[in-house]
Amino acid sequence: MANGGLFAIMQEFKGERGDLIPILQRAQDLDGYLRPEAIRSISRWLKISENEIYGVATFYAQFRFHPPGRHHLKVCLGTACHVKGGEQILAMTKQRLGVDTGQTTADGNFDLDRVACLGCCALAPVVAVDNKIHSQMSVLKIQKLLDEQKQD
Amino acid sequence: MSKNKIDSRRRQAVAKWEKLRNNPVPFIYIGAGSCGLAAGAAETQAAVEEYLKRKGIDARIIQVGCIGPCYLEPLMDVQMPGRERISYGNVMAKDVARILHAFFDDGEIPKDHLAGHFGEGELDGIPSFYDLPMLKPQVRIVLRNCGIIDPDDIDHYLARDGYKGFEKCLSMTWMDVLDIVKRSGIRGRGGAGFPTWRKWETCRNTESDQRYLICNADEGDPGAFMNRSLIEGDPHCVLEGMLIAAYTIGASQGYVYIRAEYPLAIKRLKTAIGQMRELGFLGPSILGSDFSFDIKIKEGAGAFVCGEETALIASIEGKRGMARTRPPFPAVSGLHGKPTIINNVETLGTLANILRNGPEWYAGFGTETSKGTKTFSLVGKVRRTGLIEVPLGIKLREVIYDIGGGTQKPFKAVQSGGPSGGCLSEEFLDLPIDYEHLAEAGAIMGSGGLIVVDSDTCIVDMAKYFMSFTQKESCGKCVPCRVGTRHMVEILEKVCDGKAVLADLDKLEKLALTVKNGSLCALGGTAPNPALSTLKYFRPEFISHVKDKRCPAVSCKNLVVYRIIPGKCTGCQRCVKVCPTGAISGPRSEPHNLDKSKCIKCRSCYEICRFDAIAGDAIIIES
Repeated sequence: MANGGLFAIMQEFKGERGDLIPILQRAQDLDGYLRPEAIRSISRWLKISENEIYGVATFYAQFRFHPPGRHHLKVCLGTACHVKGGEQILAMTKQRLGVDTGQTTADGNFDLDRVACLGCCALAPVVAVDNKIHSQMSVLKIQKLLDEQKQD
Repeated sequence: MSKNKIDSRRRQAVAKWEKLRNNPVPFIYIGAGSCGLAAGAAETQAAVEEYLKRKGIDARIIQVGCIGPCYLEPLMDVQMPGRERISYGNVMAKDVARILHAFFDDGEIPKDHLAGHFGEGELDGIPSFYDLPMLKPQVRIVLRNCGIIDPDDIDHYLARDGYKGFEKCLSMTWMDVLDIVKRSGIRGRGGAGFPTWRKWETCRNTESDQRYLICNADEGDPGAFMNRSLIEGDPHCVLEGMLIAAYTIGASQGYVYIRAEYPLAIKRLKTAIGQMRELGFLGPSILGSDFSFDIKIKEGAGAFVCGEETALIASIEGKRGMARTRPPFPAVSGLHGKPTIINNVETLGTLANILRNGPEWYAGFGTETSKGTKTFSLVGKVRRTGLIEVPLGIKLREVIYDIGGGTQKPFKAVQSGGPSGGCLSEEFLDLPIDYEHLAEAGAIMGSGGLIVVDSDTCIVDMAKYFMSFTQKESCGKCVPCRVGTRHMVEILEKVCDGKAVLADLDKLEKLALTVKNGSLCALGGTAPNPALSTLKYFRPEFISHVKDKRCPAVSCKNLVVYRIIPGKCTGCQRCVKVCPTGAISGPRSEPHNLDKSKCIKCRSCYEICRFDAIAGDAIIIES
């Protein structure tokens, strides 16, 4: 995507240092990840070095530096999900997709992340696919879910 | 908008609310908090819409927030014209038609899925919702509106005395308000329990042209969701609290720092802030007074450490979220170097209630040193999970057994305070929940996550889990936290893998104390708590990992084996089909074989064997 969308976003801000994280968030919403070109434009505009922007962006778990997959899969490993078997669901997901967390499958269908808590602890363990939360998962249910997603 | 206009708007709101209570058409309420939606509330709502359309029934659907008993999600309430509102639990899309059919066609109150009604006393043999075992011991002050009102409608909030606490403020001096907050005895609900008034006083007494108020909604503790539920269910009570706090400390700009992982809560806040602005509760000269205030939302970008005050400020300023040394405390020099108050969502959500009902009323709940109520997210292996609010001083036993319904398997421990807290064993069940007693036992109140674990959970694994969480979330600024937590995780991994020796446990303890004493901020200072408390109360479990190479909870992957019991296996082949590595083989109708060298211990065979129950529990996991 061209930088046009990004410039439109930047217009909404004053250009202060405190705008950096909100702008990065919006830029990521636009492209699905932080493109190097986008970071360059933001750097010029906010007059903060690219180096420093990368420093800030890599600190926060939210920012991605690679194009995402078509479906975004998040396995929750909050405390409640952990005690109810979240690790095994993650292991199974990794095995089925053939990727590690933070990676995207070769066919570009899924990217996989582990998250600390989605806040649905009472329904643990949970998995989120593109922001839809699936509750009370098991190693069998996750396999079924992956099969269903593949057919879509 | 002036005070008079607000009064007339409130009268309209009350009339609207009364109308809601004496509804001309049937109302159907759907519990649409994040957890309700995860349980299938959207599908349930779609089924309701479809049913009403198909039958041509004129009824209104109202989305409400979370009322607490998450184990009953999705919740659907039906209120026929002029009748009580009746609540149904675990209503999946397929159950909707049957329940609505009974109401609309048969004129009956169906008993299936029935949870309770929202009126007084008993009604045709239907219990009151508030008499349910989970609700009865609770005192709902902060959560009074959650699940009752439409969070997107400010009129609902106004009709239930919303913004009256703030209006009362405006007729008083800041010193009077401070005195009320002081007399109420409320302490910060974010974890540390610092008296709210003292922080405010310091801030107000610091000479400055600008002061800031920040609402800390960066609820990062895994296993805690009280703040999310409150904002989703009653955003205005938190925002009213912000007005009260800002008025007292003399702040003109406020921020809500909220996790980006809570999209619904952010949406509700945005709507609520828009409504406040429209009615004149935000902006210059609020309600004709000389008090001006505005609120901005800042979305966190995913860093646990940003719940720490100075790291949170760094994040708002657009920097890496790293803590700095204190003093100066943010109340003296915070955001952009100006005096800043950071209050937790729940603290702010309580303020309007204190202002409205008086400090003595609030101080009447709780104990001598820990006043009032506290919300907890009760999760893990209890029967009834959910969001609860209880008076401080209540015993852990009452929370876990009376409210939570106990555990299915034998109770092992309760973890309080998230990654900064500790694991308490059975002997602490009669411990009163307040700041002092929890700290004395080696746990903390924290923001309010209570995770109950039973005999199936390995306590070493639990300690490892929390340590690896804090290790990943350590900002890396100071050595004890950055390096120390890493080594602690390595030792715990060795224990879980059965590769540790007894001396490792002493090393772990020593390291824990170094990290605790040597770290700069509360993240490092409390990070060793889970390891220290489990070592203290569950040492035998550590020792059996080390000496016997056994995991008593049969949970540590490298210490367990999967085995098929030939006498029980019927040879149904279901496990053969689900095994991802082909470790199970054997012809139909004959006991199968499990090749341990191929087994990756993924649990699929175990689950399908129990689920389909042809062979039942022919596959066992043992240590």
